[in-house]
Amino acid sequence: MSHQDHGASHPKYQAHHFKTMEQQTSAGKLGMWVFMAQELLFFSGLFCAFGYVKFMYPEAVALGQSSMDWRLGTINSIILLVSSLTMSLCVRSTRSNNRSAAAKFLLATMVCGFVFLAIKGAEWGMHFHEGYFPGKYFHPIAEAPIQNPMAHVFFGLYYVMTGMHAMHIVVGLGLMLWMLVRIVKGEFNSENYVALENTSLFWHLVDIVWIFVFPLLYLSK
Amino acid sequence: MLTSHHDAGSNYLNAKKGFMSWLFTVDHKRIGIMYFVSIGVFFLVAGLFALLLRAELMQVRIPDATATSYMISADHYNEAFTFHGAIMVFLVIIPSIPATLGNFLLPLMIGAKDVAFPKLNLISYHLYIVGALFLVYTVAFGGLDTGWTFYTPYSTQTSTSVIAAVFGAFILGFASILTGVNFIVTVHKMRAPGMTWVRMPLFVWAIYATSVIQVLATPVVGVTLILVAIERLLGIGIFDSTLGGDPILFQNFFWFYSHPAVYIMILPAFGLVSEMITAHSRKSIFGYKAVAISSIGIAVIGFFVWGHHMFTSGQSALASVFFSLLTYGVAVPTAIKVFSWVATLYKGSISFTTPMCYTFVFLFLFLIGGLTGIFLGALSTDVHLHNTYFVVAHFHYVMMGGTIIAWIGAVFHWWPKMTGKKYSETWGIISSVVVFIGFNLTFFPQFVMGTRGMPRRYYDYLPEYYNFHLLSSIGSFVLAIGLFIVLFTWLHSIFYGEKETRSNPWRAKSIDWTDTAVVPIEHNFEKQPISSHGPYEFDELVKPAKAGEH
Repeated sequence: MSHQDHGASHPKYQAHHFKTMEQQTSAGKLGMWVFMAQELLFFSGLFCAFGYVKFMYPEAVALGQSSMDWRLGTINSIILLVSSLTMSLCVRSTRSNNRSAAAKFLLATMVCGFVFLAIKGAEWGMHFHEGYFPGKYFHPIAEAPIQNPMAHVFFGLYYVMTGMHAMHIVVGLGLMLWMLVRIVKGEFNSENYVALENTSLFWHLVDIVWIFVFPLLYLSK
Repeated sequence: MLTSHHDAGSNYLNAKKGFMSWLFTVDHKRIGIMYFVSIGVFFLVAGLFALLLRAELMQVRIPDATATSYMISADHYNEAFTFHGAIMVFLVIIPSIPATLGNFLLPLMIGAKDVAFPKLNLISYHLYIVGALFLVYTVAFGGLDTGWTFYTPYSTQTSTSVIAAVFGAFILGFASILTGVNFIVTVHKMRAPGMTWVRMPLFVWAIYATSVIQVLATPVVGVTLILVAIERLLGIGIFDSTLGGDPILFQNFFWFYSHPAVYIMILPAFGLVSEMITAHSRKSIFGYKAVAISSIGIAVIGFFVWGHHMFTSGQSALASVFFSLLTYGVAVPTAIKVFSWVATLYKGSISFTTPMCYTFVFLFLFLIGGLTGIFLGALSTDVHLHNTYFVVAHFHYVMMGGTIIAWIGAVFHWWPKMTGKKYSETWGIISSVVVFIGFNLTFFPQFVMGTRGMPRRYYDYLPEYYNFHLLSSIGSFVLAIGLFIVLFTWLHSIFYGEKETRSNPWRAKSIDWTDTAVVPIEHNFEKQPISSHGPYEFDELVKPAKAGEH
């Protein structure tokens, strides 16, 4: 939201309170970077919580991690990395005034986002199927490989961390949809692209957070 | 371009008309005024809760107590002090100065037409109102009895409406973060030509340091509050020890935000005091750079001292020792500021205006508040004073005696710029005296009570504390009278006050005074101001300025 500019309502894309377009562009970018510092601190709270849980219950965490499907996680990591690439290409196309390519790259990014969510949802479904429901609803079925009741602490945090990350993906998809409309309307060009670039920065952040979430939850044992 | 749009006499107050032109304005000055009115209303509400608490504590206590000898039940007492604390902290003191005077003054002081993101600024205000509605909802329905700190495990077990309250606090946090982002970018990107970092007014430095804390600390409490809500809903076992979690983890998270939040509350007040002291003693601030950097220093050190809230929580003794030592570190930049103010006053040409009287009240009260902080930062004395009225008195001296007093004084200081009206100096000065007496009468006995073991948050007590509670309660009513005098002085000024004709009645040197109209126009400046000197160069300019008004 902090990347909001006044381009939409102003014919020359420059809001009244800025002296130059460069000032507006650099303010928009700095605003997004500062906002992302905030996002990192937000997730760092969850990472600290994970560190605590792993320190207190190493066995339960190791058990929980063994139930994670690292193949699906890896596929999702690759999908997000690819989506970061297409997102960057979208910004690049916009800055070289190639509107149709920009729209296509943005659509590709959105498809990646949806596939990621679908795979994540399928993973949650598999855990639910075993009875690994969050928190006090954690009641593994008799055939489930994990019976240790303390594993619920791992799963609780797993759902919170991946859930928070997924919510950021949903927000990112919403932003991209908005940007897509504006690309189609022809609002962006080599002079006016900050809103799009800030959306891309947000998306890269979501990607980077996943790069840390994935090994912590799926790989480290 | 601007002059053609603005007739003579047009200013930000009358440029557009109607309720909607205020509710959806993107003008930082109007947003500041809207915050001021909203925060003022919540201050009144939370203050009335405080009077209710003091009235309850004035009554005859345990030995001959019957059910009817209490005004309210113990549960309602818990809810009342929670509302008082939560509303004061989240809705009043944290946003008070940055959201009102920060919004109003920041662009004026650095010579910008507006903040960097005006629409975002408006969104912040609307989020503030939404978050406030959630907190007010808890007052009206279900209550909240956790105290403003939402400590686990109690907050995950109580039957009161914790989720609505933490959700409200989360939204308020978001408003705070967005304001912080906005201010940081504004300071970096919107300064007028010639406005170097060392020519910025000290209030801008203070607001900048505050914004850094807002952006870096608030998200941590945001995620913590979400975890509390999820813990209540699902019992994920992160803070609840019966489910395998750790309440101390909550305290670490909570105070990682909430201790820096103390500096969100007080740093802007420091900035205002620096501004007022130079303007009303007509002297350049002593040690400008040291004062500016000390704001950043407080912000940085503020992130490393949170553990002093947990000396008695069961954290390791080694951690407590380190946190105690680090806590002393905050005293260094704070002392730099206090010494700078005193040195600025020395041989200054002091005029006892209303803002200056409030500045003196601030200096006195903050001195007591700050020095008693050392008692609490010292590990050994804190173990004795922990959770007593000593703590209550300490943070009221800092937050109310510091932040709120500086805020009121600064509103008097910038009142002509904000409203274009004069106010009654006589009543302004009387209010500062009544507030000073009432404040000390309310909170000084609480220090004594605290050292003698009266615990905080209790709604009943042994008879030996009766006299202290009685004094404190009488004081609170005197304080309330003083604050009502402030309110009536302001209202009287708005409705019956003379028009201010001088654009710079204090003959200050910063461009918010020198380059604006009596009441600033919609886009602040008729023509782009250019900064050619520092904001406080009184020493060279004092004589010509006396000869003629601006």
